[in-house]
Amino acid sequence: MITRRNALMGAAIATLLTAMPALAAELDLPRQKIDLVAPPFVHPHEQATTQKPKIIEFRLVVQEKEIVIDDQGTKLRAMTYNGSIPGPMMVVHEGDYLELTLVNPETNSMPHNIDFHAATGALGGAELTLINPGEQVVLRFKATRPGVFVYHCAPGSDMTPWHVTSGMSGVVMVLPRAGLSDGKGKPLHYDRIYYIGENDFYIPRDDKGKFKTYDSPGEAYADTIEVMRKLIPTHEVFEGRVGALTGKNALTAKVGETVLIVHSQANRDSRPHLIGGHGDYVWETGKFSNPPETNLETWFIRGGSAGAALYTFRQPGIYAYVNHNLIEAVELGATAHFKVEGAWNDDLMTQVKPPAPITDASSVHGSLAPAVGTGRLD
Amino acid sequence: MFLLKLKIIAAVVALAAPIPYAVARLAPPTQKLEPDMIELTTGEVSYKPAGDFTRMAKPANAPLKTVYFGRGFRIMKRQVTEADYRRCVDDGGCAPVDAARPSSADEPIVGVSWQDAQAYIRWLSGKTGQHYRLPKDDEWAFAAGSRFHDEGWPDFDGADPAKRWLSRYESDAAQEPVDRQPHPVGSFGSNENGLLDVAGNVWEWTDTCFVRIALDAAGHEVSETKNCGVRVVEGRHRTYMTDFIRDARSGGCSVGTPPANLGFRLVRED
Repeated sequence: MITRRNALMGAAIATLLTAMPALAAELDLPRQKIDLVAPPFVHPHEQATTQKPKIIEFRLVVQEKEIVIDDQGTKLRAMTYNGSIPGPMMVVHEGDYLELTLVNPETNSMPHNIDFHAATGALGGAELTLINPGEQVVLRFKATRPGVFVYHCAPGSDMTPWHVTSGMSGVVMVLPRAGLSDGKGKPLHYDRIYYIGENDFYIPRDDKGKFKTYDSPGEAYADTIEVMRKLIPTHEVFEGRVGALTGKNALTAKVGETVLIVHSQANRDSRPHLIGGHGDYVWETGKFSNPPETNLETWFIRGGSAGAALYTFRQPGIYAYVNHNLIEAVELGATAHFKVEGAWNDDLMTQVKPPAPITDASSVHGSLAPAVGTGRLD
Repeated sequence: MFLLKLKIIAAVVALAAPIPYAVARLAPPTQKLEPDMIELTTGEVSYKPAGDFTRMAKPANAPLKTVYFGRGFRIMKRQVTEADYRRCVDDGGCAPVDAARPSSADEPIVGVSWQDAQAYIRWLSGKTGQHYRLPKDDEWAFAAGSRFHDEGWPDFDGADPAKRWLSRYESDAAQEPVDRQPHPVGSFGSNENGLLDVAGNVWEWTDTCFVRIALDAAGHEVSETKNCGVRVVEGRHRTYMTDFIRDARSGGCSVGTPPANLGFRLVRED
């Protein structure tokens, strides 16, 4: 009997046979094992380091599961690394080796792998990591380029965009050993780091316009591809669901604190903007060997990349951090909030007069009246 | 006697007029057009009026106000239902609501704007010869009784606007999310006045316009501006909505929980 799962597995085995095993000789370097944490948080790490290069060990377990992605209870047959969308951020330093154990538990229905944009060769490691349910694999690559880089699942053909838009992406951050700098010799530090992973989801609807649910990823596949091919997402969200970073889950900071916001979108362009704030230093393309741009209003995240923005909060209150395609921010969900505590600075902003009836007639018509002595040549 | 008979005939004609599909849906064919009303006798309500207030040019909470109702008024026992509204739609008096969010006949109509409510009022008043309208904000507060909630602005330091925003955000975030699925009439019980489903999961349009009021140090009104393109909406919390909005949502820089659903109930002038 050929089940849907068997059919999917067959495709995977064919791919596996063509992949040559690249078995590694042992490296004589110290090792460090790191426990990953779910975004928007990032595991503890040094910013600048005086240590020699190491092998940094991480473990990702693929979990296929149904999740709710909005307040209306819309469900996605999600595919995840370690159960979260996006997958956890892995931090190493330039010259370190990142060693990943990728696990695909027997309970899953499909083969999965990982393509690291930070890595060199073998389709970013995808060629060496394709595993079926019930298997695991270990991949090691040298972090040769500093920056924030996307990783994602890439099992081949239309499985790749489907797995990525079902949640399988995350970020590796390769820090310069001396830490971040402004490109002119001034070191830059952060007091907090948040990782925001943006996703475009494509949920099929029934003939009445209601979002459909499916008993398995295999059953969702054909309908989902059809919606994907139209390129109009039904949801555009941070951290896997509408409102994942608002209300009780809003991000926090204090006036005077410097925050590094890493933003990834593995599939589609985005344009983050901090409403009421700025990017003091922004690595728009996410690569730390380039000097950061300063004082940005909005920055561009190319689909398939990550960027980083450093900002010191100067004013308390609620800030919205959005994809400044405001249709996507408001209608599709790409909104996060920062709650910032501290003392209000009247010098930076003050409401001189609150809204009130118009009293001064000249203030209504003033701008329409011709200005005397300007624009005249005689 | 003759007059009364004429009225009954008119009602039957009105019921028979819609297309057969609609007739089949109407539960008992004798269902009357006139909704059940609750008669509220004289009394008073102390509440914070709707609107945006400043005191000495700084954002301020609305001062507590006591309103006395000298002659009482009649207000619908329940919210206008899907069945009520459908009759108006079938009769050509009302715009159909979004088919993507259907509700059953015995559930409150949701996804309606203030403008939609006005069309329903014109239709119902025309059919019945009665004068229906939306309640004013203070009437709604009086009728809602113990179920009335204003915006819930916390007390705050007027010199630091951010404290007010943060405190409001915290209290809003602490609220349990409200289920958006409409429930049959009566699911949220009745209040001490006998009104059903007050402050359930359907917010109600009122006739009160958005106002901005400046107060002096003594709390006396210095100026008022009014915007009737925005009306007060009452429910689990008070909010303000542009009159053509049918489905409220938050996102971007608009913080706070929007009404789960927009519906209405009516007051009848006697």
